[in-house]
Amino acid sequence: MKPKTLFDKIWDAHVVKSIDGGPDVLYIDQHFIHEVTSPQAFDGLRKRGVQVFRPDKTLATADHNIPTVNQDQPIRDELSKRQVDTLNENCSDFGITLFGLNHPKNGIVHVIGPELGYTRPGMTIVCGDSHTSTHGAFGTIAFGIGTSEVEMVLASQCILQPRQKKMRITVNGKLEKGVTAKDVIMYIISQLTSGGATGYFVEYAGSVISDLSMEGRMTICNMSIEMGARGGLIAPDETTFRYLRELPSLPGNVDLDSLIPKWKELKSDPDAEFDRELEINGSAIKPMITYGTNPGMAVAIDESIPTLDSISTEASASFLKSLDYMGFEPGMKMAGHPVDYVFLGSCTNGRIEDLRAFAGIVKNRQKAPGITALIVPGSKMVEQKAIKEGLVDILNKAGFELRQPGCSSCLAMNEDKIPHGKYAVSTSNRNFEGRQGPGARTLLASPLTAAAAAVTGCLADPRNFIE
Amino acid sequence: MSKEKFQILESTCVPLPYENVDTDQIIPARFLNATSKEGFGAKLFYDWRYDKKGIKKTDFILNNPSYKGKILIAGKNFGSGSSREHAVWAIFDYGFRAVVSSFFADIFRNNALNNGLLPVVIPDEALRKLLDLTLKKPDTKARIDLEQQKFSILPSGESFKFDINPYKKECLMKGLDDIDYLLGIRDLITTFEMNKRF
Repeated sequence: MKPKTLFDKIWDAHVVKSIDGGPDVLYIDQHFIHEVTSPQAFDGLRKRGVQVFRPDKTLATADHNIPTVNQDQPIRDELSKRQVDTLNENCSDFGITLFGLNHPKNGIVHVIGPELGYTRPGMTIVCGDSHTSTHGAFGTIAFGIGTSEVEMVLASQCILQPRQKKMRITVNGKLEKGVTAKDVIMYIISQLTSGGATGYFVEYAGSVISDLSMEGRMTICNMSIEMGARGGLIAPDETTFRYLRELPSLPGNVDLDSLIPKWKELKSDPDAEFDRELEINGSAIKPMITYGTNPGMAVAIDESIPTLDSISTEASASFLKSLDYMGFEPGMKMAGHPVDYVFLGSCTNGRIEDLRAFAGIVKNRQKAPGITALIVPGSKMVEQKAIKEGLVDILNKAGFELRQPGCSSCLAMNEDKIPHGKYAVSTSNRNFEGRQGPGARTLLASPLTAAAAAVTGCLADPRNFIE
Repeated sequence: MSKEKFQILESTCVPLPYENVDTDQIIPARFLNATSKEGFGAKLFYDWRYDKKGIKKTDFILNNPSYKGKILIAGKNFGSGSSREHAVWAIFDYGFRAVVSSFFADIFRNNALNNGLLPVVIPDEALRKLLDLTLKKPDTKARIDLEQQKFSILPSGESFKFDINPYKKECLMKGLDDIDYLLGIRDLITTFEMNKRF
């Protein structure tokens, strides 16, 4: 038998039918929905007079558009309220389980899927959200889709999808102290550029990846889309199985003992062929920071912004437009630049490990005077854990407060916006113009780098804050 | 449900000479709180079209009355970032029926095809020249023949073949809908479910 990649093993097991000269009909094991990209899909079903085909395979949450304070009170913004209410109605009309606002299992869709055991190896997972790639950390094919495709999945539990090309990125070596999964993926994107993996599905491998916790692996897979890859995945191993065994509960009748032996087959065969292979020395990666307006525009925190002569002629207009937006000059040093806001949270870095990392640095220190901080847990469960572990006490003593879960300032659909012209060190995933509010200037970084900025008031190397 | 058919499109072009135009620029997230597909055209490229006070920025190309048409020409890696289909709804609602670039982000391309907006890929060098030409001569017309998979610049007659998945091509030309197709094979899907391995 021809050796297969992990991606092909999972894909092949989910092809219902291949259309001649066209895409595959791909079966979807788990569908997640949220309030922003689903209403028009339900509208479509109503217009067609069609029911949801497999309501038990879709799980809903409200996350993108909700406030992160006073969640017990009615949502003040009328349009946002209507969108959340519409989700409630749609789920109730079509028989879909909803962990809505104030539900003890509510949270960001890509945080709750894994922590509630809905995300498991070998599955196909989709959601109307590009960061669905997060779930690939468990050895799943998981990717973001548009609303037309959300309607396809609701109507048939399938979507039409051409098979992607395959890339493997092997990160060898061992990470230096103060360097995190976030820095690894930011480094990879800076090497490949923001469109460099378009058309590919990426498998991450190597000692750095297998040394990571599940949280770290989720951060890596999460940002696959930021280099254009539809998704990223990591072969399941003992770390994956342990994570699943330690979950407080699993949905339905999931029997890990019978599934784990099967899941052990889920890895690329030794001679499997990839369309592209990349090797990276993980030991050389440093804490990263973005300087521009796409995630590929990043350097190590102790480096400077590239000079104009290192940029190609055709890219120079976009490069200068980007620096102009950021208020930066080519060749400028990053460390020491003043910061106004710090955002810790999102589906990239809103998990308990991220809060622990942040708290580790701010412990016995104080929030810098000029800093406004938004510390947002990824879910109710993360929030509860942070309280139980004493992280909230540490944060409070250092002058920080924990907000309530949601996507918050990552895309600033709610009130958590960064004001025009202000600099925000953000643990989220996108530094696009206006992403965190009109005119906001985003600097993407790890939770450790965010913490270092929060206590110094400027861009600082987190390695200096770690014992 | 049948959709608008796409066969031949002849129109002037609107050039947008930037690379990596992400879907947050096409439609900022704060406008995603609608529950219908209508009306997003008014918000297309909002933060490039309007200043902080909501006044039109005269230096942005969509605000320049010399540039209009149904074909948007954009720098490479167009539509990256968020999966929001609202970006396609906004471009379509504004009146565009095709976007020409040298490179599209995957999700955007799928979303476009699912809504009757044709993504046309031409080589990098050709795109650079076309952006230049249409910026200088806003009355330049182009023609897209989907059947022939041919994009032509009318004054010069220069033309380029472009790729499209044959299934998607048929859907666009006939105005067919993927969901009708999937609803038609629900029995096959049920059989598949009974024999699944993972």
